[in-house]
Amino acid sequence: MKTSPWPLILLAVPVFPIAADQGQALYLWQVPIAALCFLVSLAALAGQGMIRAREWRIPVQLIGVAAGYALPLLLLGQGYQLSSAAGLWLHVAAATLLLWVALGLVAELPRPQNMLGPALFGLALLMLWEVLTRGFEVPRVLLPPPSGILGAFFSHGAELWYDFHQTVVRSVLRGYVIGCAAGFAVAILADRIPFLARGLLPLGNLASAVPVIGIAPIMVMWFGFDWQSKAAVIVVMTFFPMMINTLAGLKSAEKMQLDLMRSYAAGYWRTLFLLRLPTALPFLFNGLKINSTLALIGAIVAEFFGTPVVGMGFRISTEVARMNLDVVWATIAVAAVTGSAFYGLIALAERHATAWHPSFRKR
Amino acid sequence: MTDRLMHHALPVAVMALAIVLIWYLGALWLNGPQVTDALNRSGQDWGMREFVTQAFTMRRPVLPTPDQVAVELYTSMTSHPVGHIRNLLYHTGVTAGAALLGAAMGVVLGILLAVGIVHLRTLESSLLPWLIASQTIPILAIAPMIVVILGNIGFSGLLPKAFISMYLCFFPITIGLIKGLRSADPLSQDLMRTYSATGSQTFWYLRLPSALPYLFTSLKIGVAASVVGTIVAELPTGGQAGLGARLLTGSYYGQTVQIWAALVMSAVLSLTLVALVGAAERLVTRAHGGRR
Repeated sequence: MKTSPWPLILLAVPVFPIAADQGQALYLWQVPIAALCFLVSLAALAGQGMIRAREWRIPVQLIGVAAGYALPLLLLGQGYQLSSAAGLWLHVAAATLLLWVALGLVAELPRPQNMLGPALFGLALLMLWEVLTRGFEVPRVLLPPPSGILGAFFSHGAELWYDFHQTVVRSVLRGYVIGCAAGFAVAILADRIPFLARGLLPLGNLASAVPVIGIAPIMVMWFGFDWQSKAAVIVVMTFFPMMINTLAGLKSAEKMQLDLMRSYAAGYWRTLFLLRLPTALPFLFNGLKINSTLALIGAIVAEFFGTPVVGMGFRISTEVARMNLDVVWATIAVAAVTGSAFYGLIALAERHATAWHPSFRKR
Repeated sequence: MTDRLMHHALPVAVMALAIVLIWYLGALWLNGPQVTDALNRSGQDWGMREFVTQAFTMRRPVLPTPDQVAVELYTSMTSHPVGHIRNLLYHTGVTAGAALLGAAMGVVLGILLAVGIVHLRTLESSLLPWLIASQTIPILAIAPMIVVILGNIGFSGLLPKAFISMYLCFFPITIGLIKGLRSADPLSQDLMRTYSATGSQTFWYLRLPSALPYLFTSLKIGVAASVVGTIVAELPTGGQAGLGARLLTGSYYGQTVQIWAALVMSAVLSLTLVALVGAAERLVTRAHGGRR
């Protein structure tokens, strides 16, 4: 099994200072905790080279990585300065390279276990973010460390919950349901009246190239500051993607299948419900997924143009002005998790509803 | 010819006409209450005729009519010299510049990521899921903050806006290109092997050309997205320049006609950029012996 030589830069760590105490450079042997972590990483690096079995190699590598990432946090906890500690950053770099090797091995694992790869990657990204922002003393105004953002969750929990409720539960869900339902209904109508479809489709394609989000100030002017204006923006944004996808889906039933339905003497509605809508499901879900992200964006951007004093867009714009970046990032985290969860839920529903579709069949 | 006309032009024309009609009716309906108030206060007798003319010519209408928007578009482009801050074309130029720079950065990033993901398995399995997750995050919503942060570090003007455009633009390009780079015909790949072509030769002579149609399709999506990104990024710059700033000042001062003009302009800009990409696509596919 070939091994990447790059993590071996770990061997150069003792040459450089590992930390600084009031301007005085300290070396590895002067800081016991650093020496310990270094030895753990070194042992892991040597050990993983000797182990043949992949399932044992990965955990050993990860122990080495963990020691590399934990050390700067431990040193910071003891009050050392790290910004000029070349040895320490070399150690972190070696740990990252070792992680890269481990990720390569994880990628070759069979299906359920290899999901560990993205999880480890994300975790490592968070750790690096924490270590680098705190180690190099990046001003909190620029980029707070993840721990600071987590702290904002506790100190501003109630506010964040009200914002979530205002933006997601009141604006996004209502707008999303109305917009998708309207797009779906108009598509069914347009499918019955081809003249309408031929007129609406170019319009829909046009709408996808046009920054629809720009109607936000107009909607705020028409429907006021509360959730109605946000829902209106979302309705306009989600209408056309849903309509286009539904129309495409309704056309996706095969001629043979339609002929079969005819030979069964099935009428329009039976054909629609028993054949055409089921075959349109993948397209419908595609529209729903696209719209899930659009809806959240629409609500938050519309809130920049005016809201009652609650809502995620409002929180972001006011806390930026007050330089409270912790809260801003916490709000962004809420938005990110909400967006991903929304998308994930629809994807899950899609899996259940269209399990028959070729793209989900096991190879 | 007539068949084509009946099938495509007529429905679109009827639909467009219907929209204009609904627009005028909507202007009557939405502007109606204010007009009625104003006419009642003036104390004179008034009938349908006065009501309609008033509703269609208000200075700050709730919904301006299409002709008001068209007139505003024309005057805002001609009443001041092109480089002037009050000229709409100047703002369009600012937005177009940032959007194009962002699209260019997005293309570079998108191509680099796609090439990396196609060639490195570790990158595919660990990075790709995060790229997809990154797009479920409403980045547009945090765009203003990125502008402010970059402004604090000392980047102001074009670059923060371009950065947001880049974030929106790179994803469709990466996804499209990954698919495109893998779409090379296996027979052709075997042929390259019989020529004992190196990896980079296969890339430049076979994979990249066969990925071009995918690249251009994604590029059209990416360019449209980058215009949206730029406009939203301009919102927090507080009315300096750009179509987004125009939207914001319009909404602050209740200048609805100005908002609509900026909106129409942004649509025109976006469609122009998409059309330019389409033209470039035709040029390039023709140069490559254009199968399409």
